[in-house]
Amino acid sequence: METLKSILYFIVFPGFLFTAIAGILVSWIDRKVTALVQWRVGPPFMQPLYDFVKLLGKETIIPRGSSKFTFLLSPVLSLTSITIVSTMLWHTFIMPSKGFVGDLIVIVYLLVMPSIAIILAGFSSANPLSSIGASREMKLLLSYELPFIISVLVAVINSGNEILMGNILMFQNNNGAIAGSLSGILAFVVAILCMQAKLALVPFDAPEAETEITGGPFIEYSGTPLAIFKLSRWMLLFVLPLFLVGVFWGGFRIEGIDLLWSVLKYVALLVVIILIKNTAPRFRIDQVLKLFWGPITFLAILAVILAYLGV
Amino acid sequence: MSDENKNSKKERTVIPIGPYHPLQEEPEYFQLHVEGEIVKKIEWRTSYNHRGIEKLSQSMSYDQVPYLVERICGICSTSHPLSYVNAVEDLAEIEVPVRAKYIRTIIAELERLHSHLLWVGLAGHFLGFNTVWMWAWKYREPVLEIMEAVTGNRQNYAMMKIGGIRRDIDNEDIPSIKKMLDDLKPKVDLLRGAVMDDPIIHARTKGIGVLTPEDVHNYGALGPTARASGIKDDIRRDYPYAAYDIIDWDVIVEEEGDVFAKAVVRIKEMYESISMIHQCLDALKKENGEIETTVKEIPPGDGIGQAEAPRGEVFHFVRSDGTNRPVRHKVRAPSFCNVPTFEVTTVGETISDAAIILAAVDPCYCCTERMAVINSEGEKSLTGDDLIKMSQQKTERMRKSKKENK
Repeated sequence: METLKSILYFIVFPGFLFTAIAGILVSWIDRKVTALVQWRVGPPFMQPLYDFVKLLGKETIIPRGSSKFTFLLSPVLSLTSITIVSTMLWHTFIMPSKGFVGDLIVIVYLLVMPSIAIILAGFSSANPLSSIGASREMKLLLSYELPFIISVLVAVINSGNEILMGNILMFQNNNGAIAGSLSGILAFVVAILCMQAKLALVPFDAPEAETEITGGPFIEYSGTPLAIFKLSRWMLLFVLPLFLVGVFWGGFRIEGIDLLWSVLKYVALLVVIILIKNTAPRFRIDQVLKLFWGPITFLAILAVILAYLGV
Repeated sequence: MSDENKNSKKERTVIPIGPYHPLQEEPEYFQLHVEGEIVKKIEWRTSYNHRGIEKLSQSMSYDQVPYLVERICGICSTSHPLSYVNAVEDLAEIEVPVRAKYIRTIIAELERLHSHLLWVGLAGHFLGFNTVWMWAWKYREPVLEIMEAVTGNRQNYAMMKIGGIRRDIDNEDIPSIKKMLDDLKPKVDLLRGAVMDDPIIHARTKGIGVLTPEDVHNYGALGPTARASGIKDDIRRDYPYAAYDIIDWDVIVEEEGDVFAKAVVRIKEMYESISMIHQCLDALKKENGEIETTVKEIPPGDGIGQAEAPRGEVFHFVRSDGTNRPVRHKVRAPSFCNVPTFEVTTVGETISDAAIILAAVDPCYCCTERMAVINSEGEKSLTGDDLIKMSQQKTERMRKSKKENK
């Protein structure tokens, strides 16, 4: 019975099906708001779903000379890891007391997996443009991962050295959001920038850079694998801001009026992402590296020091 | 081991840009030989879209040719006819009425305005700044509306005619055109702010793809590409045509020669264009008269016509033998001179920068493409008829072999 329940959790709610539907909805919001910022009309509500279904029906082409297994594995890897993150995250939101020690660390690690999947995809495609995309993704991963982990560390320190996601939520329930303190807000800003890079959106979209390397790692993908990749990106756009809301901004609560506030917090973060995306050109990959290892890591370390001082 | 030897042992990869690439909307093929992300060598191939314009032009009468050369380029669709009529007027020594000169200037400057706006948008797109792209193209729309109001067309205006222009601007319409121009100015201001004040654009374009004044001379670069490197080179000032020697305007020059300077030159030129159009419209109110002179016949001789297109000098050469069609018509589009500068500007930069450097000269490959027939003795050159004959023979052979197999 317990196994069946876990499988249901993973497949239906809050796992794959729920996250996928939410991701498709969120990607529509992204496209629509982007269109409005750019004074376009934007796609109809069902467009992302149409895109996805249409891609599923298309022919899957595997390039000659590519590593077939890795090529097909990487989209699945990306999708699975995001589904697990989403399941764990919602599980904690609904039942904060039922976690396991260190689930925060597991989530942070699982959030790296989509990027690893993109790198695998790029290198297995046997295409010079996708290799460049993959190597850029690798540099991007190296650059944002350090400040991201440090910023999450601030939440851990501020909540009394808790590495249990549920306890961080409980702490925020009792003492106010982590982002309420000076160190918390610094860490939150750092985490938002890292999130933008994790999502590979402008200004950190060098790995995909359509006008330079025509989509980079995804250049050889078609049909179902591409659809899975796209879906996993949309799901990441749904899950990652939620993770930030959970760690820094008081968590996502389901009861009564709190649900409205929680949704509003999430939408606010989403709008921030979309606005950053639409008001900046793309950084070159070496500039990204300098930016993240320089000022942003400095900010993150400053936040840790402030957190130790209890500010 | 010296650094150079170490580098030469590294393996070079070829990164293709083209023949079909989202960076540029025309077919072109650049091979970037890279070590890591650094471009070490660039090779290119164009000529995917040869259209035989020059040959076609020699089969048309003098009055038909402007419609043809208008279609060389969709964006600078008035520079080519303007340059062509300049050439024929030079050949036949035709004096153009002043009112026609002003209207020619208005059309040419409106075209520059819309072309530069288009480029600013595309440059934004190439840098991943899609908002600037959409905004610039939205603001380009009023310019096209003015064009439509003045000429009846958004593109391919069909205004140029040997000895004058085809459509007059009604003096009653002038205030409304001026109003549309005034409305455009704040929008250009906004775009200038979005491009020139954005720190990331500075980081991405300053010091990138520098073209030195020596290289401008070596490669013969033209137009905004040359003017961004501190070369004060402008056909409108050096060999004035239309009304450019009557009105008051400045040649915009920047010293740095990088991508940013090229953007600044184009943005500043938009303001110059707006001011020039205003001056011409004011002059039109006073200058009432004919818009064309009657041209009876074109005498034998050679004529040269130039015009400053948004991308640089357009050059047309026309030779007449006294009949009603040119015996030789040579066209040189500005990209012909600007594209080879990639050889110096992209080398040593990263792939990311190469993309924006390629776009920064605002290349127009299809306009540039020409074919040269070299007279080589002993070698048989094939005509269209020969090719058809060969293909028919091949079909015959296939049919025969099929029959034999049966």
